[in-house]
Amino acid sequence: MIWNWIIEPLQYSFMQRALVVAVVVGAICAVVGSYLMVQRLALLGDAISHSLLPGVATAYIFHVSIFLGALIAGLLSTVIINGIKNFSKIKEDAAMGIVFSSFFALGIILITVVQKENKIDLNHFLFGNILGVSTGDVRDTIVVGLVVLLTVILFYKELLFYTFDRLGAEAAGLPVIWLDTGLMILVGLTIVASLKAVGVILVLSLLITPPATAYLLVNRLHQVMWVGMIVGVISSITGMYLSYYFNLPSGPAIVLVAAGFFSLSFLFSPSQGIVSGYLKLKSRVNI
Amino acid sequence: MEEKENAIRVENLTVSYHDAYVLKHVCLTVLPGRLTGIIGPNGAGKSTLLKAMLGLVPSNFGATVWRGKLLSRCREHVAYVPQKSQIDWTYPTTVWDVVMMGRVKKTGWFRPFSHVSRQKARIALEQVGMLDYINRPIGQLSGGQQQRVFLARALVQEADIFFFDEPFTGVDYNTEKIIFDIFKQLAVQGKFVLVVNHDLGDSINNFDHLILLNKTVIAQGEIQAVFTEENLVKTYGGKINFLPHKNFLAEGRSNDLELDNRALTI
Ligand SMILES: Nc1ncnc2c1ncn2[C@@H]1O[C@H](COP(=O)(O)OP(=O)(O)OP(=O)(O)O)[C@@H](O)[C@H]1O
Ligand SMILES: [Mg+2]
Repeated sequence: MIWNWIIEPLQYSFMQRALVVAVVVGAICAVVGSYLMVQRLALLGDAISHSLLPGVATAYIFHVSIFLGALIAGLLSTVIINGIKNFSKIKEDAAMGIVFSSFFALGIILITVVQKENKIDLNHFLFGNILGVSTGDVRDTIVVGLVVLLTVILFYKELLFYTFDRLGAEAAGLPVIWLDTGLMILVGLTIVASLKAVGVILVLSLLITPPATAYLLVNRLHQVMWVGMIVGVISSITGMYLSYYFNLPSGPAIVLVAAGFFSLSFLFSPSQGIVSGYLKLKSRVNI
Repeated sequence: MEEKENAIRVENLTVSYHDAYVLKHVCLTVLPGRLTGIIGPNGAGKSTLLKAMLGLVPSNFGATVWRGKLLSRCREHVAYVPQKSQIDWTYPTTVWDVVMMGRVKKTGWFRPFSHVSRQKARIALEQVGMLDYINRPIGQLSGGQQQRVFLARALVQEADIFFFDEPFTGVDYNTEKIIFDIFKQLAVQGKFVLVVNHDLGDSINNFDHLILLNKTVIAQGEIQAVFTEENLVKTYGGKINFLPHKNFLAEGRSNDLELDNRALTI
């Protein structure tokens, strides 16, 4: 019964591709998002994803890799933000607000202008379209996924020290500027790889919701990453199926499933949950 | 003398955040084998001094030199424990993870922690009396336990130079004693131990040297010589009252001062 329900869509190759992308994106978003969450940079993830849009659009126009376009847009926005910060009274957060929103607007205009002749759809950039990924997209996603996971594994102990205690790490002689830059590149790569699945606006959800769910359940960073990966992957796959069967937009479906997991964790986490806390209190009172 | 050559010298260190000067022309000599305390009111620039010495905040002017090199170039010899308020205690990490951070630099890139490193971490945790708390999330520790974990992290770094920013915040008398004993051991081994301290009570007598700081250095040197009412008033401004109190300064110290047998409330 349910088995058929799961197997049936997989005879279509577009569903197979979607499945691969869902798994990879769910996993790497959770891992990279864990770093954003513990550094309280959740909203930075949002800002970065918006600012990458014009790069992605330009890459489409000139038929080059969207990763290259995103990288250039990311670097350019960082340079402009630092420029505004250093050469005026404007503080960093205001500079970020100005630059990221302008980049986003520019991206939307670029895509709107070119979408007819290039047969692309603005909505897919904004909200994702996991059922429409191509073989090339699958390959790119897998490559990015491997790069991201391998980097995190190789630099795990340094990144843990750095994200927990930046000053202590710097004082101990770790090159924190490079760790910081490397981490931001990972965030950028992950966001671009996730565009097809959830789009620029909703990618924040896959970055933050699974790690936040995990954070309520476990106590160490690598455990947050593992549990977050499981939550992220299951959310992506479930969202994809809901999208297929009920003809829902895929990105929002994925996001809502992830939010559902978070709600469960919020209510029933053994140590942190609201409901479990209440029950514990009650049983103690009864004794 | 050899000791003088080995000293850490701070020369004319000047730091400003935005427009306001926080440190002005600070000149210091920190000697090895001594327990050196830095005292001064809130906002005096104590934390900034430690950070600027290590190059963790940019200075407008001046330098910190050790063995003929900038101290910021010798960071592998330094263990720095930031002020408690700068740590995110909700970070998902445990006592064990935090102590092992002290071995990251020694372990090197792309390698897992060695058996020796783990052994050293266990020894350090034993030394600070935290071996039973290895798996405890750091957010679930008391203030004194938190400080001891960070002390263990500093110990496993096997540094020559130790900087502690207010390690006695939220610490009771017993823990304070444990921490001071370890500081003294480090000093006996010929290490540099520089400690920002808030408490001006009895515990101040544990220090060999004191630096009184309020944007500039008010006084520095042997504790008997610099821990005087005049210097304290200069450092803390008029906000300080001296009350007579027994046992304030250890017996035999500051005999030549009128100040002994006094305590201080702010
Ligand atoms: N990152 C910063 N940006 C701007 N101003 C800062 C920054 N850090 C410290 N200051 C200012 O510099 C001054 C010195 O701060 P510092 O933290 O060095 O003082 P402190 O002596 O360590 O104080 P406390 O006893 O409260 O720890 C203060 O006036 C503080 O407001
Ligand atoms: Mg301070």
